[in-house]
Amino acid sequence: MKTSSGLSRINPFTYNLSMAGFIIGVIAFITVFIVATKAIDYTWRWYKLPGYFYTNKTHDIDAEIKGIVESITTKDKTISIVVKGNSESETYTLPESGSKRVSIGDNIYQGDTLAQYKKPQLGLLSQGILITLEVSIYSSLIGILIGLIGGIARISKNPAFKWAAIVYVELIRGSPLLVQIFIWYFVFATIINGMLMNMGFHEISALWYGVAALSFFAGAYVTEIVRSGIESINIGQIEASRSLGMTSAQCMYHIVLPQAIRRILPPLAGQFITLIKDSSLLGIIAVRELTKATREGITTSLQPYEFWFVCAILYLLLTFPLSMFVQYIERRMKTP
Amino acid sequence: MIKTENLYKTFITANGDKVNALVDVNTQIDKGEVVVVIGPSGSGKSTYLRCLNHLEVATKGHIWIDGVDILDLKININKVRAEVGMVFQSFNLFPHKSVIDNVNLAQKVVRKKSKEECEKKSMELLEKVGIAEKANVFPAQLSGGQQQRVAIARALAMHPKIMLFDEPTSALDPEMIGEVLDVMKSLAKEGMTMVVVTHEMGFAKEVANRVVFMDEGAIVEEGTPEHFFENPTHDRTKLFLSQIL
Repeated sequence: MKTSSGLSRINPFTYNLSMAGFIIGVIAFITVFIVATKAIDYTWRWYKLPGYFYTNKTHDIDAEIKGIVESITTKDKTISIVVKGNSESETYTLPESGSKRVSIGDNIYQGDTLAQYKKPQLGLLSQGILITLEVSIYSSLIGILIGLIGGIARISKNPAFKWAAIVYVELIRGSPLLVQIFIWYFVFATIINGMLMNMGFHEISALWYGVAALSFFAGAYVTEIVRSGIESINIGQIEASRSLGMTSAQCMYHIVLPQAIRRILPPLAGQFITLIKDSSLLGIIAVRELTKATREGITTSLQPYEFWFVCAILYLLLTFPLSMFVQYIERRMKTP
Repeated sequence: MIKTENLYKTFITANGDKVNALVDVNTQIDKGEVVVVIGPSGSGKSTYLRCLNHLEVATKGHIWIDGVDILDLKININKVRAEVGMVFQSFNLFPHKSVIDNVNLAQKVVRKKSKEECEKKSMELLEKVGIAEKANVFPAQLSGGQQQRVAIARALAMHPKIMLFDEPTSALDPEMIGEVLDVMKSLAKEGMTMVVVTHEMGFAKEVANRVVFMDEGAIVEEGTPEHFFENPTHDRTKLFLSQIL
């Protein structure tokens, strides 16, 4: 137990009793929940889940022509099956671990399965985690960049920069993220992709419009965080650096930002925890992130309870390291 | 070296009142002069000093620093400031940089000197203010007096022609005042042009060429320390001196 001040004294008996009460409460809640699910005849099938993280998918090798199996050879850990038709000849290869379904001299028709092999593959949920991570990392980086520029613009003496930053922050913070995602996807994406197509380029995928929506959303909050960080720097230091002949940009770069960034790390990390959770909204524009993957998993497995719990826990696993990091730097900042 | 003419500074407070911080201040400070500015709190002496460095923008009048009119919007104020060192009441060291980096920074950034040149100069100055052994520690680990001496070294690193001191010993514990004043005295002996706002009458008597007494934003009386402390002419000066001595 930490040493506490006189103001927060608690006697050990009360402490232990309360702690026991907490643990009993948690166990009771879980028990009641499980009993309740039994009462409505829900069958828990946890064994279905691992397949959604990692699968050994069976691949078939089908003949593309009609003919006779001419030879089967094993070389360099691959099996080659040569099928000779009337005029042409085809070679099919598979890994050594695969199983053959034909022998030399067999008659083959088009579409017959010659062999099967298994290949390990990431399951639906694993892919969802990767997409969520990808979206979150890109959005965080772009969000920081936007926020840094926005924060500096926000405190600029130049009215154009200042008002641009104010309008941006107020517009973004004043409307729901869901609506912003729709605007990015159904308005901006349609226009941009339409123009790209007209000019003969490829379309940009929904994922990037999702990243854009999240980045600009997070950027507005980061702008305010950066602004407060900059304003927290003692004016005396700014005066000292300016009195030495530094320009305001030099002062910002050498004096203000290095200190401000250290101070804004905790709220910044908090913002990125929010961002990871907000990325769950991107499922509605067909980005297959974790939540969308969970919904698809439920459709195929018909086990919603397991999936939603696992989904929540996976988000927790993504955000937990960040919140640990926040606590670590907050503790480190308290001690001089 | 420094000349002000009909200098006015008016602050507007949050509830719209006007406060006249400087009222028609005319001064002329020559090269090598040490001028001590004294006066009760709120008399405008700090505002006057800050105007000389353009940290405060004067409302009306003229300020020439080494012949340059610093209220002219066309001049590059950073160039003027680089030639004018300033030492603050609250030291204002950069807490994220070590002592030597505090002294190095402006030499590197403003004067564009090489790392070796900066460090050589910085060590020289730290030795001069008697704190060379602390070159690699951070400001938070120093006492107030040590921090203020670093701040003086930092200002000197720019080779300033003028040094401005804004109550450099007011935030110090009594036993540390001496070490800072000693550094300032040695600077004065070397012929540095100095403007010092202070409550240290001993320093004024010993070092100043001229003492300026301000009250309610205006210069009430000025003269040599002998004249000023022994037979002041103005009643307000007499009252002030009787209160502090």
